[in-house]
Amino acid sequence: MKFAIQINEGPYQHQASDSAYMFTKEALEKGHEIFRVFFYHDGVNNGTRLTTPPQDDRNVVQRWAELGEKYELDLVVCVAAAQRRGIVDDGEAERNGKDATNIDPRFRISGLGQLIEAAVQSERLVVFGD
Amino acid sequence: MSEEIKKFLYLNRRAPYGTIYAWEALEVVLIGAAFDQDVSLAFFDDGVYQIVKGQDTAGIGMKNFSPTYSALGDYEVTKLYVEKESLEERGLTVDDLMPLKWEDEDEDWAEKDSIRLVSREELARIIDEQDVVFSF
Amino acid sequence: MSELHIVNKSPFEKSSFDSCMSHVLEGSAVLLFEDGIYAATSGTAAAEKVKSAPGVKFYVLGPDLKARGLSEERVTDGVEIVDYARFVDLAEEHDKVVSWV
Repeated sequence: MKFAIQINEGPYQHQASDSAYMFTKEALEKGHEIFRVFFYHDGVNNGTRLTTPPQDDRNVVQRWAELGEKYELDLVVCVAAAQRRGIVDDGEAERNGKDATNIDPRFRISGLGQLIEAAVQSERLVVFGD
Repeated sequence: MSEEIKKFLYLNRRAPYGTIYAWEALEVVLIGAAFDQDVSLAFFDDGVYQIVKGQDTAGIGMKNFSPTYSALGDYEVTKLYVEKESLEERGLTVDDLMPLKWEDEDEDWAEKDSIRLVSREELARIIDEQDVVFSF
Repeated sequence: MSELHIVNKSPFEKSSFDSCMSHVLEGSAVLLFEDGIYAATSGTAAAEKVKSAPGVKFYVLGPDLKARGLSEERVTDGVEIVDYARFVDLAEEHDKVVSWV
């Protein structure tokens, strides 16, 4: 089965990103395909490389990055939502005159079309939010 | 892109302005319109408040995005299901809502209502008929 | 078609569970997870709704129950306790997933 995952909330504030991670990991271990993980609304905050969570708790961003690395996942952060919330890659920094970037290298910033395409191309869309 | 056309339903259950979900959901609908799928929107629970007419946001310093709903017809998003029970529970009638229309090119551009009033039961069936359901 | 409805908020905090229950058809299933697991606990108004939904199968995510210190004994009769693996299976078995946030 080909899944598309949508995550509407940021790390730690809500359990959405955690639940999505557990679901996604399980699906991959069962041999399913994850077409794309799309981060929308505050979900874009899952893509910052600058978090320093406490040592004795999970590292939400790192966990996604590692899963992404292991399974070559397409982790996409929505550009419009990212612009509002200040998640920036090199391209966005240059386009919008920002003096820094903060995106984790395993994520990429792209348009809402990526979410729609994922929904069209996948067999199941699973939305995690609040 | 897949050749099969899918039925997409966007669930709108939240009020506008208190949170960003209503606005950012609309942005998905607008972008999604370019993908030629069979699109419907469902307004129920507090989502019916999104299309109440006469929104004036000057006093709260936020952008009034309600005019964007009027543009949906131009994007060929013409099925806006509004749940009757949700309106009634909130003391609203369809007259409190924006007159959202679309122009049917198959009928000489006749103006038609995009808002389709449905019962809770009908909406359950509409949800059942869809291929993909988005939540915000 | 049959849906897997997923509910992640407490029925005491939000109306999402109630709204889901008003829109679920026979042959579909409801999976309660995150704070939604509280709707699977017995002796609550939610439990009454669960018991009086003919033709709808209910599931609750075990890890979320355990995390919140709720024992399996507290789960309403007829609600099946599942893990993430079964969550994935259910998403596959039903025609689509509807998320009630």
